Amino acid sequence: MTDTPAISIRGLRTQFGRTVIHDGVDLDIVRGEVMGVVGASGSGKSVLMRAVIGLVTPTAGTVRIFGKDRAAMSGAELNAIEKRYGVLFQNGALFSSLTVAQNVMVPLKEHTGMSAALMAEIAAYKIAMSGLPHDACTKYPSELSGGMRKRAGLARALALDPEILFLDEPTAGLDPIGAAAFDTLIGDLQKTLGLTVVMVTHDLDSLYAICDRVAVLVDKHAIVGTIGELTENQHPWIHDYFHGPRSRAATESGGE
Amino acid sequence: MAAGSEWLAETRTGDGLEIRLSGDWTIDNADRIDAGIAGSATAPAGTTVIDVSLVGRMDTTGAWLVEKIRRRLTTPDVTVEILGAQPNHQVLIDRLHALTGEPAPEPTRYSALSLLAEHTGRATMDALREGADLLNFLGLATVTATRTALSPRRFRITAFVHHLEQVGLNALPIVGLLSFLIGVVLAYQGADQLRRFGAEIFTVNLLGISILREMGILLTAIIVAGRSGSAFAAQIGTMQVNEEIDAMRTIGLDPMEVLVLPRTLALLVAMPLLAVYADLMGLAGGALMAIVSLDITFTQFTERLKDVVPIWSFWVGIIKAPIFGIVIALVGCREGLKVRGSADSVGRQTTRAVVVSIFLVIIIDAVFSIFFSAVGV
Repeated sequence: MTDTPAISIRGLRTQFGRTVIHDGVDLDIVRGEVMGVVGASGSGKSVLMRAVIGLVTPTAGTVRIFGKDRAAMSGAELNAIEKRYGVLFQNGALFSSLTVAQNVMVPLKEHTGMSAALMAEIAAYKIAMSGLPHDACTKYPSELSGGMRKRAGLARALALDPEILFLDEPTAGLDPIGAAAFDTLIGDLQKTLGLTVVMVTHDLDSLYAICDRVAVLVDKHAIVGTIGELTENQHPWIHDYFHGPRSRAATESGGE
Repeated sequence: MAAGSEWLAETRTGDGLEIRLSGDWTIDNADRIDAGIAGSATAPAGTTVIDVSLVGRMDTTGAWLVEKIRRRLTTPDVTVEILGAQPNHQVLIDRLHALTGEPAPEPTRYSALSLLAEHTGRATMDALREGADLLNFLGLATVTATRTALSPRRFRITAFVHHLEQVGLNALPIVGLLSFLIGVVLAYQGADQLRRFGAEIFTVNLLGISILREMGILLTAIIVAGRSGSAFAAQIGTMQVNEEIDAMRTIGLDPMEVLVLPRTLALLVAMPLLAVYADLMGLAGGALMAIVSLDITFTQFTERLKDVVPIWSFWVGIIKAPIFGIVIALVGCREGLKVRGSADSVGRQTTRAVVVSIFLVIIIDAVFSIFFSAVGV
């Protein structure tokens, strides 16, 4: 069982109206790895993530999570699978009418039968673990800065101790020090919990810092490899991506 | 002396307590493990050992529960040691030990009576502040309108025409249909009651006066507040959330001039037109019902209407229209501009825009009634 990939995508095609976003994407994400997803703006990175978590229905192709075809799952199976992954949306996507602590408690309430006191404790340490100060628990999302909202979103994504963590541009909009701390946090959690992480990102530093492999979305397909392999790739976009000035800077700092 | 459950077993040793943990310490078992912890004894002075070598799987929730036992037992006299952890469990336990995560403090609870008093006071102050705010806003809008009147090239004619279409032309079907139906209902109920006195011909008086003076304009104002006042608040509120209004200010555009003025003028123009249309449709509905139930011809109906309903009744209704239009537009725009922070606030302010504008429309209508009866029209 451990050899089944956490996520397996075969021949995925998504389109909106006449615009084809993906055409024949094949991608396997192995358990316990950090997979970065990169691509030009509009290449469908977020759409790929949404197809995996079921927010977008693919036009063709299959998405398997833990070896089970997403399209063929019953409601109960879907519910069981949803417990096993957490999602951090781009801007946190916190429920604006709830406090941060209540936001973290939402999945706990929905999927577990634990007592309110225990839920509050769990929410408090998840919030502390994601690097928020203690008084953030009782604040509403509108009272938080962008970076804090992201951390609160991460706390909610981690609420159920998921096996897979989806991150949509986790470090976008954070200051470099905050972004590096976020990378370290995700890297640490990934190692200690054995998480599988799928990270859509533009941030080359995060890519070099924590990703084991990278999927590049070009020409509606996914090209997968380690950063080393992709650096050798001759596709013009991939070549420019990994040999641009920003990439070189990231390589140097990553190599230190 | 051993006590415990499936997940933890306590044994008294020579100089302390040994707690042996076993099973899977994961979120799925958290509730039962927590219940087990709550039932465990306090530790004697000395060293308490928590042996975690038999734990199967552990996630952060499990690690938190281990940490919770440690915090619970640690006192000045008791030192707690955690032994036998697998390397990855040790990392988790250390990570949680380093956190200072106390449960979120419960908000202080007050008695129902003091809450009621607080709520009343707050609502009163809010209402007063809201009134002052609106007067301010009316002043600001007047200043902007004057400034624009002095340099008419600044006026956003395209936006004005767009809003005129939205609030005027597009409102015709709903305003027409509802006025027509109200006319039908009034005529039917009126005829039914007046027939008992053999005075069914007075139905025409009832219809003419009530529709022209009150029903036509009130109905229009309420429909417009519901469909256009709310739309103004939602549009401007969404722009506020997207920081579009801030962007406008930095570019040197005045939101009052760009957003509020075209909308207000559009409603100022559209309201009287809609009110005339509503009057006509209401009378048409009444006429239809009168012809059916009173057995009179259309010509008789119009003759009678001309004889008994003074032209002033029409003007009494129409004079109010531009005022209602301005009130609805200003309240809608004001509530939209007051949106702060999140999408949640857009919904709240939109609701508020509708409630406040309908409230003000009816208050102003009442004031007009008193005024008109005092001057005797």
